[in-house]
Amino acid sequence: MIVEWIRRIGAGTLESVRRMGLMGLFLAKTFLYTVIPPIKFSRVVKQIHFIGLQSTVVILLTGLFAGMVLGFQGYYSLSRFGSDAFLGPMVGLALIKELGPVLSALMVTGRAGSAVAAEIGIMRISEQIDALDLMGLNPYRYLIVPNMLAALISMPLLTAIFDVLGIFGGYLIGVKLLGVSSGVYFGEMSHYVEMADVLEGLYKSLSFGVLIAWVATFKGYYTGILTGFGAEGVSKATTQAVVLTSVLILVWDYFMTSALF
Amino acid sequence: MIKVEQLRKSFDGHVVLDGISFEIAKGEVVALIGGSGGGKSVLLKHLAGLMQPDSGRVIIDGVDLRKVRGSELRRLRDRLGFLFQGGALFDSMTVYENVAFPLREKTKMKEREIRSRVMRELELVGLKGAEDKYPSQISGGMVKRAALARSLVLDPEIMLFDEPTTGLDPVIGQSILELIDSCHQRISFTGIIVTHEIPRIFPFVDRVLMIYQGKLRVNGPPDEMMRSDDPVVKAFLGK
Repeated sequence: MIVEWIRRIGAGTLESVRRMGLMGLFLAKTFLYTVIPPIKFSRVVKQIHFIGLQSTVVILLTGLFAGMVLGFQGYYSLSRFGSDAFLGPMVGLALIKELGPVLSALMVTGRAGSAVAAEIGIMRISEQIDALDLMGLNPYRYLIVPNMLAALISMPLLTAIFDVLGIFGGYLIGVKLLGVSSGVYFGEMSHYVEMADVLEGLYKSLSFGVLIAWVATFKGYYTGILTGFGAEGVSKATTQAVVLTSVLILVWDYFMTSALF
Repeated sequence: MIKVEQLRKSFDGHVVLDGISFEIAKGEVVALIGGSGGGKSVLLKHLAGLMQPDSGRVIIDGVDLRKVRGSELRRLRDRLGFLFQGGALFDSMTVYENVAFPLREKTKMKEREIRSRVMRELELVGLKGAEDKYPSQISGGMVKRAALARSLVLDPEIMLFDEPTTGLDPVIGQSILELIDSCHQRISFTGIIVTHEIPRIFPFVDRVLMIYQGKLRVNGPPDEMMRSDDPVVKAFLGK
């Protein structure tokens, strides 16, 4: 009984290590084909349209409302200490360093990461990836690298849009609704927000872009082998991609914040 | 041209191929038959280099598939065509784009030349007029025809067919087999057809390979199989 229990734990651990190794090799291969030409530019542009442009509306909305919430919460917290003049820096720093990159990444994971995992998963189970392979064409170049480059290009831009809309949302609530001076809101923000803060947000958004593309394409590419075949396999791969990416974004955010603090 | 030596493959302890050996000469067309789940498609995927054997080897024109990787494997695959059971057409592309895809990616042909080549292939498989449709908008028979056109557009030396008539009615199935035969006469490929269409496939092939319990039970011309006294073969032929 105990031996069987230990055996199961061992087998589970070995399988987890194997899968992590597989994910590591997958990422290494993706980076390799990203730096070795040829790059399929038309596919990169197509994926920028899908991951980036088509996520803009959801980013605009979530950015605006996140900023408006920050405006309310920030004003009521700061006004208790008579520091409501610092609403601008608080909104700016919270968005640029933390909420902008993290919430944008979570939104893109839900909208585009899931779709990428499902699309590649369906291509796997319907043998379209095997067909590419048999034509002597490298599936990494056609399916994986374009998603990686598109996420790397799109994420910082989407995060910037989120930040700007969030700051505008904070302005609407803080200045237009609650009466903080416009000059104070932006003046204090420009005084306290430094280039290092903007760069921190940029580094985070880039690394989240890698995470989103890596997990979504990996889960799609190994549909069947890791998640089972058929519609259920694709469904599992998609769910796992969203859950794993979301968790990794928050965990990685902690480590990046610790390192850049 | 194709040589298979003592090929063994098992999945989770279940032996699917148990020491299969055979040779196929250049230009020969063989039918690969056997029970469902008997390892025919697995064998075909080994021939295409999509699966690696537990032991044994597949040699194509003197090249051991186990030993080739990367660009060398891709060069070998350039000479290979594969018709998947479900067609494996790219569902985000039209029929035209699917057939044009290998030409765009593997040749330096101009778009005008590609158009004329694709339209010729589509005409040969009876799909003229369906070029702007997506795979989800056409019937199973048309998907197979489009996939056949795509797999033949680069004039492969070796064609592997994975159950080309499965899921099609007898009339469409017959027309697909006739189409494969006419394509063979046109470009003289070496062909392996995995099929359950027995004995309907016999007029179209030079030889029959039958897998039974992981081993090669039959390796000979169709008429020899028809005359066989082997009870397993007779049962398979419904005698």
